[in-house]
Amino acid sequence: MKLKLEHYGKGLAKGLGITFRHLLRHRITTQYPEERLNVSKRFRGYQLVWDKKRCTGCATCAKSCPQGNIEIVTSTAIDENRYKVEKFEVDTGRCIFCGLCVEACPFDALFYSREYECSTYRRGELVMSKEQQERTEDKQLSGYFHPEIEESLPAQTLLLDKAGRRNQALWH
Amino acid sequence: MSELYPFNNYWAHFGVFAVVVLLFVIAGVMTFIYLERRGFGLFQMRMGPNRAGPWGLLQPIADAIKVLLKEDIVPDAADKVVHFLAPVVGFLPVLLIFAVVPFHEGHGLIPDLNVGILYVVAISSLEVVAVFMAGWASNNKYSLIGAMRVMAAMVSYEIPLVLSVLGVVAIAGSLSMNAIVQAHDVPFFLLTPLGFLIFLASAMAEINRGPFDMLEADSEIVAGFHVEYSGMKFAMFYLAEYGHALAMSAIAATLFFRGWEGPGGQYIGIVWFMVKTVFVFGLMIWLRVAFPRLRIDQLMGFAWKFLFPLALINLFIIGGEMVGFDGDIPWWMLFVNSAVAAVLVLLFSKSYRLGGGRVEVKA
Repeated sequence: MKLKLEHYGKGLAKGLGITFRHLLRHRITTQYPEERLNVSKRFRGYQLVWDKKRCTGCATCAKSCPQGNIEIVTSTAIDENRYKVEKFEVDTGRCIFCGLCVEACPFDALFYSREYECSTYRRGELVMSKEQQERTEDKQLSGYFHPEIEESLPAQTLLLDKAGRRNQALWH
Repeated sequence: MSELYPFNNYWAHFGVFAVVVLLFVIAGVMTFIYLERRGFGLFQMRMGPNRAGPWGLLQPIADAIKVLLKEDIVPDAADKVVHFLAPVVGFLPVLLIFAVVPFHEGHGLIPDLNVGILYVVAISSLEVVAVFMAGWASNNKYSLIGAMRVMAAMVSYEIPLVLSVLGVVAIAGSLSMNAIVQAHDVPFFLLTPLGFLIFLASAMAEINRGPFDMLEADSEIVAGFHVEYSGMKFAMFYLAEYGHALAMSAIAATLFFRGWEGPGGQYIGIVWFMVKTVFVFGLMIWLRVAFPRLRIDQLMGFAWKFLFPLALINLFIIGGEMVGFDGDIPWWMLFVNSAVAAVLVLLFSKSYRLGGGRVEVKA
């Protein structure tokens, strides 16, 4: 038998070495409710954000929706010389998050939000009313189809660093 | 036995240490379950259990409560009596092993039993009976396959286990666990590195852990012999499994790591003993997390073609040294023995082939 220096348990030592190095690396777990990662800048959140002031009630969004999911009812407001939006209702349970409504809006009145916690106890609670979707100061807008918003948003993160901070450059 | 020790009355001693052993096993098993789950988590860059209590320390207790509250299901076609008895038979030998383990200098139920290590080997092989009872009584093919595998594996691995223990016994000149600890001047895992490696490998196979867990290979036979067990009975098997790991770690600590001896060992011997036990278990966790499960032919081949001849050679070498040095091996022999062990492992890993028994179906 010719003795070559191979198959003598090098693989075992290598396996032990790799697992030991993993022991010293820090965890990849994000402990969700306490620690959160940044979502993508162009994240399509589950809720639409509707700007009441910019909206003219043209219903382009409703026409563009492949699901026929946006219900918009307008009345004429003669003294203001414009349409008044009576109802702007979206069933997020049926939404396919294609983003066509946001892209279609000619007056930049529709945005995606950055929300993702959308579980409810009742299916009916997924239907978003006009008031729920109205743009307010505390609602964060997604940069989807709006590069001017995208610029100001923090970069997406995939991992937390050792101190629990959101850090992108960690995972190569 | 020291003068401070108050229980020189036979029955008082028996009562106290029965309680101590029981508490030690339960607490040790809880600790080991926590350590293993947490250790696995850290090795895999996860967190491990960290929600129940500080650092997840109460997780084993939460698990125990959960499993005890679960429904006890017995299959219709099961052999009911044997099915009921198997977990009891499985847990009993684990407790019995600890009768001879010296927690401290001369302190234990019967630490100076003059056939101590023989007793351990004899008792620990009772485990096979319990596993086979479970596998047979469940009336389930997966259980039976798992039980058959474990019979084959444990019978095979007992031989290198006993032979590697014999090497230590030869150096110490006694079978008593207490006397073996006192016989150490160099820790035996340095003096007989080959013996320690063989012991560790075959002990891990003996307690069906790590890469040798053929009997409960989840991906092939679901969970092996305890497929049909739930609730309290499953908890007993779980307890027995980790209790056996605790026992093997304690024995390895006693035989190869000087047991309770260490700096200040006459006062804090039990602390040293526990630290060493946890260290050995840490090695087992590391090996388990690093290696994939063996195939059944690899398992048997490893026992018979690798460990068995090496264990024989190891015993022969130790015997030769004992005769050559007139019963007292000097400490510098550990370098020679390490080199010999490395060469032997290298040689023997080259000299056997697996998969020769493959059956090919002709068209």
